[in-house]
Amino acid sequence: MMSLNREAPERQDIEALLPWHAAGTLSRRDSDRVEQALASDRELARRYELVREELNETIHLNETLGAPSARAMEKLFASIDAEAPVAKKASFNVMGRLVELMSSFSPRTLAYAGTAAAIVLMVQAAVLTTMVVNTQSGSSNIKLASHDTGQRAVVRFSANASLADVTRFLDVNQAAVVLGPIRGGLYEIQLAASPLPEGEFTRAIQRMKTESRIVEFIAIKN
Amino acid sequence: MQSTSDDVLIGRIATGDRLAMQVLFARHHVRVYRFVLRLVRDESVAEDLISEVFLDVWRQAGRFEGRSQVSTWLLAIARFKALSALRRRPDEELDDEAAEAIEDPSDDPEVVLDKKDKSAAIRKCLAKLSAEHREIIDLVYYHEKSVEEVAQIVGIPENTVKTRMFYARKRLAELLKAAGIERGWP
Repeated sequence: MMSLNREAPERQDIEALLPWHAAGTLSRRDSDRVEQALASDRELARRYELVREELNETIHLNETLGAPSARAMEKLFASIDAEAPVAKKASFNVMGRLVELMSSFSPRTLAYAGTAAAIVLMVQAAVLTTMVVNTQSGSSNIKLASHDTGQRAVVRFSANASLADVTRFLDVNQAAVVLGPIRGGLYEIQLAASPLPEGEFTRAIQRMKTESRIVEFIAIKN
Repeated sequence: MQSTSDDVLIGRIATGDRLAMQVLFARHHVRVYRFVLRLVRDESVAEDLISEVFLDVWRQAGRFEGRSQVSTWLLAIARFKALSALRRRPDEELDDEAAEAIEDPSDDPEVVLDKKDKSAAIRKCLAKLSAEHREIIDLVYYHEKSVEEVAQIVGIPENTVKTRMFYARKRLAELLKAAGIERGWP
């Protein structure tokens, strides 16, 4: 920094800050220091004009670079879709979970599900089911599906099960998906917001096991 | 003021919220693209790289600690990706770029013609800076990054940021002088 070295350290320091002062990214304290120096030093003020000129042309240059095509976003979301779902935190997004659940079924199953409108209707039905379960438990909080008091089971749905089959299954059994898909394509479901007597809970699981067309595997979660 | 802060969006992305990802992408992708494009000088490569940058955000959102602005984090990832891509380029391409960066602009008839147009000449000379100098000039002037943020993005001490900015500006002045534009500094 030859030219800087020939000048007073304080002035060197101030001059080094000029680009950031022009861009408005200095702290209030440094900005005040620069302003004071500019007011009393005409040569520094002249150099500051050069900085402002560079700033202006740099912005101009960058703004003429254009923008990426839609390909960038398409590629990004294709990659995201191809990835395993991000691990979820405690908050429970019913719609998100169900959409994810539905999307994990086989292409043939989805094809049978028909149009997007049908999917929307089924997802809505599932959401309503979950809300009914929660309402019946006496709470208006939709996140109640992740409540700790309900007994849980681990289930893997059959790849041949349709969306309607799964929503009906959840509805009939007053169950809601609370986690998944996890390893092995498993989902954690909660049968009721409030605990069932042990015998009743076991019978409910046994009853669900008989629905082999929909449920490939089901076990009580300890 | 933006309706949802970048930090909030990152929090949502960490839970797998695709819509939050779309909002963050819409908000930042053009600037990230321009930053990368100025480094790699290839539109197709730059588009591929910004997809990779935001995919990293999707994967790593849960690890973002909020100690820097999200835009600073994005640019740091983008810079790493761009430099990695440049390292993968065949040597001939890099030699061409290096030659372009050190070329005497007085030999360039276009620059000579631009003498009457000082603004255009400055932009042409800005484009001729080395990748290292282009990067710091863009971060400070276009991306509005503070000394501390540039230090985080580039991975150098704050004093080095100031020194590098000085040399980038000095090089720009030399290129302008060679193009017939004397600014009386440095």
